[in-house]
This record gives sequence, structure tokens and C-alpha cells, in this order.
Amino acid sequence: MKRAGFDNIWLPVALLLPQLMIIAIFFYWPAAWALQSSFFLQDPFGFGSTFVGADNYTSLLGNNQYKRIAWFTIVFSVLVTFFSLAIALLLAVKADKVIRGAKTYRTLLMWVYAIAPPVAGFLGILFFDQSTGPMTKFFQSFGWDFKLGVDYNATATAMVIAAVWKQIPVNFIFFLSGLQSIPRSVREAAMIDNRSATGRFWQVTFPLLAPTAFFLLIINITYALFDTFGIIDALMKGEPGNNPMTLVYKVYLDGFRGNDLGGSSAQSVVLMVLVLVLTVFQFRLVERRIHYT
Amino acid sequence: MAQVNLEGIIKVYPNGHQAVETTNFNIQDGEFVVLVGPSGCGKSTLLRMIAGLEDITEGTLKIGNRVVNDVDPADRDIAMVFQNYALYPHMTVRKNIGYGLKNRGMPAAEIDAKVQDAAKMLNLTEYLDRKPAQLSGGQRQRVAMGRAVVRDPALFLFDEPLSNLDAKLRNQMRIEIKALQRRLGTTAVYVTHDQVEAMTMADRIIVLSEGRIEQIGTPSEIYHNPASIFVASFMGAPPMNLIEAQADQGQVRINGYDGLMPAPKSVIGPVTLGIRPEDIELDSRGSVPFRVDILEELGAHRLLHGAVGGQPFTVMVGKDHSARIGETHITLKPDALRLFDVETGKVL
Repeated sequence: MKRAGFDNIWLPVALLLPQLMIIAIFFYWPAAWALQSSFFLQDPFGFGSTFVGADNYTSLLGNNQYKRIAWFTIVFSVLVTFFSLAIALLLAVKADKVIRGAKTYRTLLMWVYAIAPPVAGFLGILFFDQSTGPMTKFFQSFGWDFKLGVDYNATATAMVIAAVWKQIPVNFIFFLSGLQSIPRSVREAAMIDNRSATGRFWQVTFPLLAPTAFFLLIINITYALFDTFGIIDALMKGEPGNNPMTLVYKVYLDGFRGNDLGGSSAQSVVLMVLVLVLTVFQFRLVERRIHYT
Repeated sequence: MAQVNLEGIIKVYPNGHQAVETTNFNIQDGEFVVLVGPSGCGKSTLLRMIAGLEDITEGTLKIGNRVVNDVDPADRDIAMVFQNYALYPHMTVRKNIGYGLKNRGMPAAEIDAKVQDAAKMLNLTEYLDRKPAQLSGGQRQRVAMGRAVVRDPALFLFDEPLSNLDAKLRNQMRIEIKALQRRLGTTAVYVTHDQVEAMTMADRIIVLSEGRIEQIGTPSEIYHNPASIFVASFMGAPPMNLIEAQADQGQVRINGYDGLMPAPKSVIGPVTLGIRPEDIELDSRGSVPFRVDILEELGAHRLLHGAVGGQPFTVMVGKDHSARIGETHITLKPDALRLFDVETGKVL
């Protein structure tokens, strides 16, 4: 068999170079720099740094506050990912069945997509406002003295709700287009084979939706871990205090507010490892069970 | 096994489009009925209403003497084979075939035995653990058949099941489906736009046009005694010759040619004269002049396209017949002549 190829090595290298440079400059270089600085203790005024070995890491592991934030991050990510996927899937399944005014309905559901995260956080503040927020009133009607920015659980709840709300439209769009790409006749064949609509959904529709769901799972975990920064920042109004935060927010807080670049870098490295582990896990374990058509 | 009765069935879509006008017909137990017609004639809509995939706007549908208008597709005791096979892409052939049985609460061992039987019958045994994507078109078609057969339903529904196959495979599957239906004795409704499929497979053909039944009959009746100009021109390749003529008390005269021929019916006035291309003989002493413009060689026979009295006309002759382009004469078999009303298109 004849293979198309290049006569010399330089042309392909030259063609690849821009892409490789972008990856090197914007991804590998900062990562290497973070890795390096995580072994140093930086002078807060930038006059120098001292090699401290693994001290930054060991102090992290021994730090109860860090453990607590890591735990919150896990709970937060699981809740945000689960609810934003589940609610979006439910809405998509329902929207898929709408016949009249389908377009309007879908557009309305997608609107939130256009809202920037800090704005979403700000809207969250309005909704969860101590005296006028409708969500605050809602929770108070259940006898919960809801205090955003003061009460740990209240702030955490608000963060989860705002983050879920912001992510639903993205998931909705993907789920809906995924549903619509399932051949009608396959669903009809299932109607003849299975009388239970729930059974049909989980045995036929959902497996065919699985590639979409898997892609969204990764997107949503990444979103919950990293892209919720704006919402968290807005909801705690710049006053960390007793408030919950995610690991990414802690990196920012220690590095830029606390001027502890070494510790902050060590946390970044921990996050990088976490993402690596998650990615390997997702592709090794989850993707294997998915059927791509 | 069951008979099917359609009583005053009407389908109107929410947008006001009437896909099927008042339709009545009965299908006997074990009969193979083909619904044929051009696209948009309502044949698929009718089939989908029988399947329960479309609501019935008006009328009563009975399968095996049970009114099933409001019965779920899964509870109608039917099995359907779709045009694009509609296999579950994430399931193996084994699971595809067994899925309907599993949902009906059949024990796993029994399902396995039935799936094995169906696979054997359709030569699918070695493919049972493959997914549909790893099969050829013909094999997928067989899996779709297997899924229908394994359920042992009262009624098979086929929605243009062969139109995605190449010509050779189509001929082969046509015979296989027909033989299978014969052997199982299951009532079948088969939708197609291919008149050859309709002719070769059906016990009875129902010809549809614009949501209306044009004719119901055996393939032979439909072919030789079409009830309307539509049926005459839709069924048969090449179709029946249809030329304008004048009828006058037992005689008929083709427009553009003065000779008189005996008419099968005694009518007066303009008519459409129909005759099948194979019911015409080339005859140098024949009465009707025929100009041959194009000669189509088909091996077993030849088609001569030309004109009679200035109107397009086709004659089919055997392979032993010498034929040339140019002027000649023909004889029309008198008992093969059909007359149609110019206004209504109905046979006279």
C-alpha cells in the first residue's frame, strides 16, 4: 500500500510548530513553573525564594482547612454535576415531545446559556438576598433561617443552586440534539417491543444518548471544579470568612490574596494530578461501556 | 394469526392535511396483502395506524376481532419490519431479536431457545453476538425479520423493508419473505412503492392514490383489469398504453387514425383506450399503422417505443421477433382492450 507522506522532516515540523508552541507556552510552561515553585517558599515582597523541598505539600496534607475545602469541592462537584445533568435531561426529554411552539420553548430554555458566570453569581445574590431574595423567603418558609455569606450551609446551597442553574442550558442543548439524532424508527420499534415508556427510555433511548451523556459528564465535572469560580466569588462577596469554597478558589485566595505563591503552586499541582486521575478514570472505566454509532 | 378489519378509517393530521380518506377493507387470516402506491398516497400512514404508531382520526380498526384503536402498539400482537431496519445499535443481534420477548416476561431459557430457532431459520446463528454495525445490509434485514418472527405475532407489518437493499439482494429477500410468511401462515400487511414487489408477493394488492383506495384485487386482476387509469399506468413496467379515442356504439376509433376497432363496451363519446404492450402484435398486414422511434433491447424481449395516431405508444415483442425503427403495422388483441372514462378515469 502506498502511503502519502512528506519527503523531508522539516515541512511537517514547520506546520506543527504553531500548535506545538501554543501548547508549550500556554500549557506546559506554566505547569512546569507551578511545579517548580511548589518546592520553594517565596518571599512575599518578591525578593527571593528558598528551596523547601516537599514542605508545601506536607503542610497541605496536614492542614484541616484544606481537607475541609477538598471535601466541599468533592460534594459540590458531585451535586452540581448530578443535578445539572439530571434536570437538563428531564427538560430535554420533555422538550423533545413538545410539538406546538417547540422552537420558542427551546429558545426560552437556552437563554440562561448567554449569561456570564459573574452575572449569574450576581443574580444569585439578588435571589438569595437576606431581606428581599425570593429564594431566601422560600427557604425561610420551611423554617430555615437562610443567611447568605454568613451561614456555611446557606452559602453552599446557594452556590450549588446558582452553579446548576447556569449549567442546565448547555446540557439541555446537547441532550436535546442527542435525542433528536436517535432515529425515529428505532424508538418506534421499541414501542412495539416494550410497553413501558420508562423501560424504553433506560433500555433504548438512554444507551443511545450515552456518548452525549459521557461528553457532558466530563464537561460538567470540569465546569464544577474550575468554571464556577465566578459564581463562588460573587456569592461570598469577597469575604471568605467561614464561607465554603472550592480548591480552585483557594488557589487564587492563597496565591493572590495571601501572597503564598509556593503553597498556591503546590495546590495547583495537586489539582493537575486530580484532573489527570479523573480523566484516566473516565476514559478507562466509563467510556468502555458506551456504544458509539 | 388473525384477520384485520378497517372500518371507515380516516387520518387527518393536526395541520389539517387529510392523509387517508374513508377506508374500508378486510384482510383474511393468513393473507399477504400489499399496499402499493406512489409516495404520499397514504400507504405508510395506513400501516402505521394499524401498528398503533399513528392515531386513528376516525373509524374502527380490528385485529383478530378485537377493536385496537386505543391499544398500545406493544399490546396489539403485531411485529413490524422497518425500512431502515430500526435495529437497536447498542445491542447484539441476540439481544435485538430477544428484546420484545424479554419485555413480555418470558423466562431467559425460553427466550434463548426461540432466538436460536429464529437465527437458524434466517441463517444468523454465527452473527448472534455481533452488533448491527458489524453486519451487511442483507444481514441487518434478516435480523429485523428475526425480531418480527421470534415474537410469533398475529400480524406482520412491513414498511418498505427491501428498499435499502441492492437489486439482487432485493429479489432474493422478496422470495425469502414470501416463503417465510407462507410457512408461518401469519397474516401480513406489506407496504411498498415498487409494483414488482406488489405483483410478486401479494395474495391481494391494494392500490392507493392520494389517500384513496383505487382498487383491491389479486395481482392478476389488478394487472389485467385495472379499475382506473391510475392503476393501469402505475402497475406494470412498461405501463399500459393509454391513448385518446372516440367510442361509438360498439366501435372505437383512435384519435389521429381513422380505422375502426370493435369496442369491449358499447359507449358513445371520447374515451381513453388502454392496452398492455404485450397484447399487441407486430403485423405488416395489420390494420393500425405504428411508427417505431426507439428500440429497447431487454434480452428476453424488446420494447418498441413510438406513436400511434401521433400519440405515444409502446409495443413489446419477443426476442425472436425482428423489429426495425421505422413505419410498420400492428394488431391489437380485441379482448385486451380496456376503455376508461375520460372525466373520472374509471374503467367503463
